Amino acid sequence: MPNKSNNHASLALLQVTEITKKFGDFYANDSINLSIKAGKVHALLGENGAGKSTLVKMMYGALQPSSGSIHWQGKDVSIASPAHARELGIGMVFQHFSLFEALTVAENISLALPVELRQGDLSQRIADLSKDYGLPLNPSALVADLSVGERQRIEIVRCLLQQPKLLIMDEPTAVLTPQEAKALFATLRRLVEEGCAVLYISHRLEEVKQICHDATILRHGKLVAEVDPQKETAATLAQLMVGSSVHQVSRQANDQVGDILLQLCHLNQKASTPFGVDLVDLQLQVKAGEILAVAGVAGNGQGELFAAISGEELSPDQTSIIMFGENCNTLTINQRRCLGAAFVPEERMGHGAVEHLTLTDNILLSRHACNDTNAPLNRGWIGIDRSQLDQLNQTIGLDYDVRKSKEDAVAGSLSGGNLQKFVVGRELNRQPKILVINQPTWGVDAGAAALIRQAVIDLSRQGSAILIISQDLDEIFELADTIAVMSRGQLSPIYPASELSREEIGLMMAGSHEQSTLASGA
Amino acid sequence: MQLILEKRPQASSLMNFLSPVLAIALTVLMGGLIFAAMGKPPLSALYIYFIDPLTSWWSIEEVLVKAGPLVLIGVGLAVCFKANVWNIGAEGQLTAGALMGAIVPIMLAEWQGPLALLAMLLLGALGGALFAFIPAWLKTRFGVNEILTSLMLVYIAQLLLDWMVRGPWKDPDGYNFPKSVSFDGWHLLPMWGDGRMHLGLVIALVAALVLFWLMRHTLKGFEISVVGSAPKAGAFAGFSQTKMVWFCFAVSGGLAGLAGIIEVAGPIGQLQPHISPNYGFTAIIVAFLGRLNPIGVIFAGILLAISYIGGEGVQIELGVSDKTTQVFQGMLLFFILTCDTLILYRLKWVSSKTKNVSAGETL
Repeated sequence: MPNKSNNHASLALLQVTEITKKFGDFYANDSINLSIKAGKVHALLGENGAGKSTLVKMMYGALQPSSGSIHWQGKDVSIASPAHARELGIGMVFQHFSLFEALTVAENISLALPVELRQGDLSQRIADLSKDYGLPLNPSALVADLSVGERQRIEIVRCLLQQPKLLIMDEPTAVLTPQEAKALFATLRRLVEEGCAVLYISHRLEEVKQICHDATILRHGKLVAEVDPQKETAATLAQLMVGSSVHQVSRQANDQVGDILLQLCHLNQKASTPFGVDLVDLQLQVKAGEILAVAGVAGNGQGELFAAISGEELSPDQTSIIMFGENCNTLTINQRRCLGAAFVPEERMGHGAVEHLTLTDNILLSRHACNDTNAPLNRGWIGIDRSQLDQLNQTIGLDYDVRKSKEDAVAGSLSGGNLQKFVVGRELNRQPKILVINQPTWGVDAGAAALIRQAVIDLSRQGSAILIISQDLDEIFELADTIAVMSRGQLSPIYPASELSREEIGLMMAGSHEQSTLASGA
Repeated sequence: MQLILEKRPQASSLMNFLSPVLAIALTVLMGGLIFAAMGKPPLSALYIYFIDPLTSWWSIEEVLVKAGPLVLIGVGLAVCFKANVWNIGAEGQLTAGALMGAIVPIMLAEWQGPLALLAMLLLGALGGALFAFIPAWLKTRFGVNEILTSLMLVYIAQLLLDWMVRGPWKDPDGYNFPKSVSFDGWHLLPMWGDGRMHLGLVIALVAALVLFWLMRHTLKGFEISVVGSAPKAGAFAGFSQTKMVWFCFAVSGGLAGLAGIIEVAGPIGQLQPHISPNYGFTAIIVAFLGRLNPIGVIFAGILLAISYIGGEGVQIELGVSDKTTQVFQGMLLFFILTCDTLILYRLKWVSSKTKNVSAGETL
């Protein structure tokens, strides 16, 4: 449909030059260059938080760059909005779809099209186009009845109807079955044969090797390499993605390992929300004095794993979550706390702490039911023991170096790093025997990260079992005694940290350990 | 050019406190303009509306009589709204409470004594709470929006009352008027003053103080504000959203039901088709005007009670419509919500270039 030939294949269709995006002091993208040619599939690789989404949003007009320029077909453009991007000929298929379930396929597509494209027999055009590209769709089907793969086809057809010259796809196979992914690849090949360019965002390396012609790799907002994926192995790509400079940490060997304190036995749990991940047959064990890290790219079931172990999400029909040898599937989060467990969720604001509450109120949040060492904080109608909360707040502030404008500040006034120190300190102050902590230092400054990691190591060496869920490999190698890798709701076997390389972890993050995987079909 | 609302980085706490004052001032100003537009002298009309009710002991008493149910219902709704549970059907729960409480004087007319009065009050609260459990159940079981169900149930309760007083509970010696038997003895609340002040006012004050303590000092109050403002943090704290919905409907429904039985066992003295001048709806304004704080609700309740009495005053003295009261109450709610919105957000003009863009944007 777009250019008839590949005459201009050597000329860049889209050229991004020295583009930078700052959020406050944080560089999400730092002087990135990228050149996409017509008739090619260009891969954009990187771990979560590497800056892929930011970059793509600027190309699609959803964000404006702080500096740098974008050339489209040789002309300097400023892409003001997604509508503008579509006018230019840039289409995007998002990871999460925006469809109305109660409407038909044709109605959904019609809603998103410019008026002039709605004219005529839209259903017929949808049917023709979807057949032509091997994306079978029934225009009169209700979206509610369709599978995730079929819904994605609606989004793709919606883009194709506008005859894009560049199609951006954000992790398209993350939600697909292997068969659906295969069909998608065939469509993409057909598109590039016709001269369309595809920007393909992924962290699944086998896929990238299979269909991409060029690859740009980002790490920490910087461009680290431009490679030909055909000439690389998945291992070398993984190395580029996660960073080849291995951060060496000297940590004392841990020979004081004790009993198993936390154990998962064949934990199966269906996702409770449409975009959730099903947990499939998870097994792990953490011994006293040991730190187990669960590595993996965010969104592969880590949030669900945390909710299951903490008891925020109960799975009462099973006997799969065992703490201190006791089956605790039916126990609430507070009952699990009272057994001696403590939890730190991924999001500090809105989950681990409430923005508009004071720090003392936020201590109450996780400690009102069991306040191990001291008298209860909740004294019924007499009221909450405020003086004890003040003392706790002071202790936590001193022990974990929480810097705040006043003693009992509002949580929202603390910086990210200080709030994280507070949220972690609130739990460590209890000296829990089991600690489950999701992304312990995500988005905090180096100083706070070091303090938190040291505190976690100290706790484990005092005989606590610690489970860390993290996507930061530096952090994992700094902390972990043992490592398991999570992808698409499945967990790899547990390996001693010393026996794993970053490359091996990278491969498992991309799904090499899964029982029925796309990667193995590559 | 296009006008949009943009969230302010920091809401002013002073303005947050002054918001009700500002809303009242704007209502008075706008009210004056409306009186002027109707050809009435605005200043004296406003005097009759807002000041006159406070110049004689008789009308002060009348204000307090009206403030009682408003405060009682308003504090319950304040707890509800704080927890992000939207019970709009207090008027229906009030009616259900009146019906349930009236079982004692109508069906057990022989039973006299303090215990009978206590049973009436308890049954009233129970009736309101049970009636409020219908939207609570629909919400927790099927995810039905409680705003719609609780509101629709108001009309069911009112029609039920209408049918009862025209049918099974009609006073046999009442010349076929749609009224129940007149309550007497211990089936009426103790009265004071010129004969209209009653125990209900004391009950309302006690309820406000108890809920103030609950909200300010106990874990339950903490739970209410956390679950309402940060549901994920609520789950982390082990607070159940479902239980919170039941609790809120129990408290607000129970207090509305109590207000209902107090009205029929107090100033009215029998069941009749209309037992409330929309106290249940006006209490929504009371709750917001009182900043969802039980102590604030006491003052807001008195103010709204003045609007009832003042409305009657201007109707009698200036001959304006009795709808004036509703206009004033509506303006007050409008202004308090506007002030609250503008404290959290600011208005911003955006250029037409961006406007075209956002108009074309469907994401």
